[in-house]
Amino acid sequence: MPITNALTTTIERVSILDEHGNFDEKLGKGLIPDADLLKLYETMVTCRMMDEVAFKLQRSGRMGTYPQNMGQEANSLGAAYALNNDDWLVTCYRENCGLMWRGVPIDSILLHWMGDERGNAMPRPHHATPIAVPIGTQMLHATGLAWAAKYRGQKQIACTFFGDGATSEGDFHEACNFAANLDIPVIFFCQNNFWAISVPGRIQCSAPTVAQRGIAYGMPCLQLDGNDLFAVVYGMRKAIEHTRTTGKPFFIEGVTYRLGDHTTADDARRYRDQAEVDAWKARDPITRLRTYMTKKGIWSDAKDAALREAAEASCMATIERCEQVEHPVRGDVFNYTFADLPADLVTQRETGHTHSLGQDPSQLPSASNTR
Amino acid sequence: MANLTLVQAINLALIQEMEKDDRVILLGEDVGANGGVFRVTEGLQKRFGANRVVDTPLAESGIIGTSIGLAMAGLRPVPEIQFEGFLGPAYDQLCSHAARMRTRTRGAFTVPMTVRVPVGGGIHAPELHSDSPEAFYAHQPGLKVVMPSGPYDAKGLLISALRDPDPVIFFEPKRIYRAIREEVPEDEYTIPIGKARVVCEGTDLTVVSWGASVIQCMQAIEACGRSVELIDLRTIYPMDMETVEQSVSKTGRCVIVHEAPRTCGVGSEVATQIMEKCFLHLEAPVQRVTGFDTIMPYYKLELEYLPDAARIQRGIEDCLAY
Repeated sequence: MPITNALTTTIERVSILDEHGNFDEKLGKGLIPDADLLKLYETMVTCRMMDEVAFKLQRSGRMGTYPQNMGQEANSLGAAYALNNDDWLVTCYRENCGLMWRGVPIDSILLHWMGDERGNAMPRPHHATPIAVPIGTQMLHATGLAWAAKYRGQKQIACTFFGDGATSEGDFHEACNFAANLDIPVIFFCQNNFWAISVPGRIQCSAPTVAQRGIAYGMPCLQLDGNDLFAVVYGMRKAIEHTRTTGKPFFIEGVTYRLGDHTTADDARRYRDQAEVDAWKARDPITRLRTYMTKKGIWSDAKDAALREAAEASCMATIERCEQVEHPVRGDVFNYTFADLPADLVTQRETGHTHSLGQDPSQLPSASNTR
Repeated sequence: MANLTLVQAINLALIQEMEKDDRVILLGEDVGANGGVFRVTEGLQKRFGANRVVDTPLAESGIIGTSIGLAMAGLRPVPEIQFEGFLGPAYDQLCSHAARMRTRTRGAFTVPMTVRVPVGGGIHAPELHSDSPEAFYAHQPGLKVVMPSGPYDAKGLLISALRDPDPVIFFEPKRIYRAIREEVPEDEYTIPIGKARVVCEGTDLTVVSWGASVIQCMQAIEACGRSVELIDLRTIYPMDMETVEQSVSKTGRCVIVHEAPRTCGVGSEVATQIMEKCFLHLEAPVQRVTGFDTIMPYYKLELEYLPDAARIQRGIEDCLAY
């Protein structure tokens, strides 16, 4: 038997606005109307500002551990912009910008990291799930959410985000496999930022692209310049069209970079070179867009300064609101455990005790003497 | 002798065992170049090489599953799971394989590995970084479960764990990673797995605890001004009931303290065994001062959840008043 070729494949990489300001007119023309572009840029700047403020707050003890999103704003923003508002956004924790575009209050995100569960009380109309902390688990939920839409005959799809590290988890593979084999309309969006805390991408994926993991499951895939908002919107539209029309999944790798530490508890200087960080700073998605808009004559330094001032004020107002939120009451520890609290939990809540004599002091001899 | 934190004591134990035994290798997320997110393995990759201190892909089931293979081949892997909240994906490998290998193969294959896991609340961490799941693993036959309450014990217990022929889950209470220092001998020493420690002697009541809660228990005992005996279990399984039995037979009263939820917590087992072994000595019902039967809250409410000295003191006083 002869040896034949079982598979030859290629993966397209999309770049429209590169870090040098080159713009591919053919792909990019009309992709994002100027009015939208201004709003998108504003969201990115506000998101970045919030990141900086949150970082400072943590350093001054007013905020818990916080994972900065710095440098990765374009991926989730471009996705949220291209999706319908009732498509599910199933994120981990570096998608603040997309969530903001969707209309999730920044207060929710900040409260979560301020150690307050009320931050997760995401208003359901946003079709966004709460921040997922354990790595690589939420892609299965996205698959279930999209499955439910398919079951109901709705055109809704789900887009789920995860990092390169998450592609090492078993759940990631199970989610891809379910979606591909059961024909479920999910967009798997890997934010490849090259670092899972201190572990470099090479330890998570030795293939030349993360995108090709989609091929292994029979999904079409694309690699995008994830710091290029235009490329993200372009790629997402392709993915959305495929997903919505065929009911089948699509895989996107948005190549980006984690400009900050993993979280405020991390110090990336311990394990990566500043030269690498600097090289990626030059590819910053915000700077790139600003240069483009300025060149196009729809933006100016004065407008930028005004925007930054407004963004800072809005961030400070958010912080103030979040810090003034009343401290949660002790009962909140219990109240959401079940729809109906079992009697034992009610006793624990009402008495504040787990020991039987604290829960029922009438058992004490001194108490029975006085009865 | 040096005055060390828990982090430093564990680091020292790892160094000494790795120098002695080249079968000992460390693996996990961020344990190498970064020295672990709590810096427990700081400097070890530099000292022993990337071959023995290995940064793995981000996959807990993978870390434990490959450790099982390494152990079956005769090495002594020391996998780290970064936080107890991430043990979930590894549960299958721990309980379906590590715990059962010796039994299934009638001893032909064994899994001598020590799974290091930071555990517990009280450090203002994000969600899933503050739980106390020791009961899950103590309930699984075939696993030993250890949780030290201080640097001295940590070093001696870890060396025992590393030399143990069976899988040991070594929980490290992160609340006291750096909060206390103790004199820790440079020389190697072991503390046997399965042996509790009487922290302070007393005659009126026995408090049984383990891990970071031991510190809160000491504060509560001091505050209540009675003669209270404190036992630090040190090992959750196998449990040293002999020490507990001796103490409760003497005092007739017992309060058990742990961070984990009460229902089916390790305290339930301790209380039952006290009932079985000390029935005629008991002067009062055994009391459990524990975390509530709820999801561990985010940090704004974590101190409402964790048993503090005041709640423990109340438990002691109620038990004494009975």
